[in-house]
Amino acid sequence: MNYDRVLNSRVAQVPPSGIRKFFDVVSTMKDAISLGVGEPDFTSQWSVNDAAIYSLKQGRTHYTANAGLMALREAACDYLESRFGVRYDPKTEIFMTVGASEGIDLSLRALVEPGDEVLMPDPSYVSYSPGVIFAGGTPRPLVTRNEDEFRLTPQAVKAALTPRTKALILPYPNNPTGAIMEREHLEAIAEVLRGTDVVVISDEIYAELTYGGKTHVSFASIPGMKERTITLNGFSKAFAMTGWRMGYACAPAEILSVMLKMHQYTIMCAPTAGQYAALEALKAGRETDYAYVKEMVRTYDRRRRIMLDAYKQMGLSCFEPRGAFYTFPCVKSTGLTSQQFAERLLMEKKVACVPGTAFGESGEGYVRCSYATATDKVIEAMARMKEFVQEIRRV
Amino acid sequence: MIRDLELSILEILFNDSRTTPAQIAVMTGHSEEEVTAVIRSLEAQKIILKYPAMINWDRVEVDQVEAVIEVRVTPQRDEGFDAIAEQIYRFDEVSSVYLMSGAYDLMVTVKASNMKRLALFVAEKLSTLDHVLSTATHFVLKKYKLEGVIFEERRQDERLVISP
Repeated sequence: MNYDRVLNSRVAQVPPSGIRKFFDVVSTMKDAISLGVGEPDFTSQWSVNDAAIYSLKQGRTHYTANAGLMALREAACDYLESRFGVRYDPKTEIFMTVGASEGIDLSLRALVEPGDEVLMPDPSYVSYSPGVIFAGGTPRPLVTRNEDEFRLTPQAVKAALTPRTKALILPYPNNPTGAIMEREHLEAIAEVLRGTDVVVISDEIYAELTYGGKTHVSFASIPGMKERTITLNGFSKAFAMTGWRMGYACAPAEILSVMLKMHQYTIMCAPTAGQYAALEALKAGRETDYAYVKEMVRTYDRRRRIMLDAYKQMGLSCFEPRGAFYTFPCVKSTGLTSQQFAERLLMEKKVACVPGTAFGESGEGYVRCSYATATDKVIEAMARMKEFVQEIRRV
Repeated sequence: MIRDLELSILEILFNDSRTTPAQIAVMTGHSEEEVTAVIRSLEAQKIILKYPAMINWDRVEVDQVEAVIEVRVTPQRDEGFDAIAEQIYRFDEVSSVYLMSGAYDLMVTVKASNMKRLALFVAEKLSTLDHVLSTATHFVLKKYKLEGVIFEERRQDERLVISP
């Protein structure tokens, strides 16, 4: 059997995630503190779990509508309107996906034809570039910089636009940098896109997690942008529900119907029990003014400040990230590469972080440290990292 | 603003009363002096009363029984329930007293070294107080959760150690 001839070369040639190799090493170490986790350390609220269990007791074990339960679509549309000021029609402009990840894949496959280019900030979440390649397109990473607080600049977008540019992925608050884009920054991007047919895939999965008095601005809320925006969101980060795999995609009906068609043929519908769980998360949120979400945000914010203070003491520069649950300190002053820094920190101090290069070439010189880990562990990890940096500097 | 800081400090200390003012300062973005001043003021106002540890005594080899006692009383003129509550909470055996709505008035928790002592305390001290109409004693068999803390948490961090 000649597997090289059998397998789709475009897919086969995509390298496995850079995170994978590191994962294998860390998982063999028993007492390492991991700052490498990209999901909340909180568990979903018990009322959410209970709603799913109850749905099973009621025998709700069948498919739902392809787009998901109407009550859930309505609740999600109300949520987006009340929290981020964007109104979508529950009948034609939203459907429930298997995590926001499915939304990324469907968005790209709905838009991209061979030879099309898709712009995305670099460093960024690991799925975008492979997703573009799987869809037959060409990823065009746009370098973002520490001095711009890792925001995407309108100049970078403008310079990269070609007649083949099909879409721009806008993932803010950003994984791995923790960067956010405020209204003025989004407006500047919008200005560049006006008059083009470039679609924006706005991955807003971290929308609830912003700090320092900043609140998330949804790209579709920028005047004139809704018609070209696919808004992706979900329950994983806002409601600590990663394992439920519940997300949603929103877009103008013309785009959404094409995405929904693929969803119908490939997925059928998001898991039914998960949909009931998600519905409870939104209901409970509305009734308590999102007390659960706010408590998580307060806790994350404290840990974020602990990390930033620790970097200052270590002499590692780090811009102040105001979103998600990541810090992205610059480790260039240690003379080590991202990979060396992460490997040695793990081996010598048993603290795991992720080399910035796992998120794109321009992540070189940085590491991603997640503060979705218990506060006392964050404190301990920072103490160990401080020792490590001091020892490196002494040599 | 100061109220936000007060609430943050209370939340942090409620979770871990060992957190130092310097650590709280970092966590909240205020100065250590400011944090110390707020804590002093919270103490002076008797908002923060004490900094205890939460202990699962079931796991310590000590002789101790605990009971929750429903107490019905006659409220007194001018004093309401406060005077009778005070007569009850002054006893060293009494670890907490709540004024309740519903079928009884005071919920009293009592600790003693064994069941007999506890029963005698209720019979001789508590139920003989003037204005106490009746008591109903319920022994605590096991504590599962207190102040949001699950005593025998089996759940561990099962997340993948590295994820994108």
